[in-house]
Amino acid sequence: MTTLPEKTDKSLGLVIDLDICVGCHACVTSCKEWNTGGYSAPLTDQEPYGADPHGAFLNRVHSYEVDNDHWKGTVHFPRSCLHCETPDCVTVCPTGASYKREEDGIVLVNPDTCIGCKLCSWACPYGAREYDYDEGVMKKCTLCVDRIYNETIPEEDRVPACVKACPTGARAFGDLADPNSAVSQNVAARDGFNLLDEFGYKPVNKYLPPRKASDRTPQIAAEPQAETTGSALEKLFAWADRALSR
Amino acid sequence: MHPAYSVILFTTSSGAGYGLLFWLSLAHVIGAQPVAGWGFFAGLFIALGLITLGLLSSTFHLGRPERAWRALSQWRSSWLSREGVAALATYVPAGVLWLMSLLGIAGWLTLPLALLSAIGAVATVWCTGMIYASLRTIREWHMPQVPYVYLANAAASGALLLVLLHAFAGRDIRLVSLIALLALGLAGALKLIYWRRIDAEPGAYTADMALGLKGVKRQLEPPHSRPNYVMREMGYDVARRHAETLRRSVLLWGFLLPGLMLAFQALTGGLGPVLMPVAVTAAAAGLVTERWLFFAEATHLSTLYYGNQRA
Repeated sequence: MTTLPEKTDKSLGLVIDLDICVGCHACVTSCKEWNTGGYSAPLTDQEPYGADPHGAFLNRVHSYEVDNDHWKGTVHFPRSCLHCETPDCVTVCPTGASYKREEDGIVLVNPDTCIGCKLCSWACPYGAREYDYDEGVMKKCTLCVDRIYNETIPEEDRVPACVKACPTGARAFGDLADPNSAVSQNVAARDGFNLLDEFGYKPVNKYLPPRKASDRTPQIAAEPQAETTGSALEKLFAWADRALSR
Repeated sequence: MHPAYSVILFTTSSGAGYGLLFWLSLAHVIGAQPVAGWGFFAGLFIALGLITLGLLSSTFHLGRPERAWRALSQWRSSWLSREGVAALATYVPAGVLWLMSLLGIAGWLTLPLALLSAIGAVATVWCTGMIYASLRTIREWHMPQVPYVYLANAAASGALLLVLLHAFAGRDIRLVSLIALLALGLAGALKLIYWRRIDAEPGAYTADMALGLKGVKRQLEPPHSRPNYVMREMGYDVARRHAETLRRSVLLWGFLLPGLMLAFQALTGGLGPVLMPVAVTAAAAGLVTERWLFFAEATHLSTLYYGNQRA
């Protein structure tokens, strides 16, 4: 457990489409709702109705102003654990509580052996791990490990809660190690990318960029002007039109 | 990074303890500190006391202190685990040495025990430094100088305590004062180099890289109305102006003032019992401030998602 698996059978992860996300935070709340009763239960809050409310969430949505030749405007940006292939959050753990699963690549924290030293959160450049101040242990995205293999719920629900909740379909779940999976195909077609690729943790989760906004203003033909004859009748109608529109 | 007082107390207190243990052990090896001597016994007692105080304090940083023993298991990959193993392993020779000193048992065995204690002290402080130096997410910590800064600070603070002990025991303090002065000078020089390096390096990562998008102007809306754990722990920031004032006080209290007193004692050998308590107190204040700044000045990459443009 102390070291990373040399190879994982699958690389389960999320693909997040920044072109579609509307920043509604439905993924955030449904994540919190599921996980406060699931593997990471409970996800505690501190001062929820006080002056300084905060708490452990496994998924966060930022909104940024972005201005480049491709896209100019707001980008809503969901951020959670990327289930990296070579992350230090696993290797720095002194107890082996933080580990990466060999079978599917999911990075988990064992809540029964975590001592709450917070070192794993220091090693994560993505700020994906959040300490639970009441429980004294580290919490992080589990990729809903207690949903995706859960045979007691209908098959169509066996996806992470955030994916199930997204009203616009901006989140997709699948095996990113399989080049033929729907998520991998979409990443290839849309130039999906890694966050902080230069840092080298090899994230599994991918992001799809906003589509290029159209650079052409639509050409709308001017309405043709009616021919004018200058007759008395036409002048009468013109006078009546003016008088009635007064 | 948020400067947790438990970690600051731990690293400064146990650092001084390991420094003192190192110097006492070396002194014993060269024959300057006999086992039966009162000074050796008291010195080991203070060293082990400071180490224990630091280690206990470090467990207050944990969310689940009762599970701290689990931290000894992952020494293959984790510097924190290695630090725990090294710290516990050092107790064995140092503890036996202390017991032998208590009971007045001399013999050939004290020599290897003293050597092992010295090696254990260096190894533990090295592991402490490497916990920080191994974190690539924080550029002010991920530097080759960091473990040497920790070692030099431990050596300097330990040497100051050794001079204090010598002064109270009424021994000649000229040579130990000179050694402490050299250690303190080395630690101060390393810290100056460290500060120059972190000031010159603007940070290799940008908000654009963090988001994977070009032209990130600003964060319009954070994900939460009040700071979350990431902002509280990783987003701690000290104003440039305050940092410079604090750096000056570290140099004054931690290095200049005790350095001048040590220099005076190295030359004259006098006034030890008067000057050394002042020097040790000043150095303690300076080194605690130095450790506080080490955290407060560190910028974490996750702040790129919270409006920081470069880290």
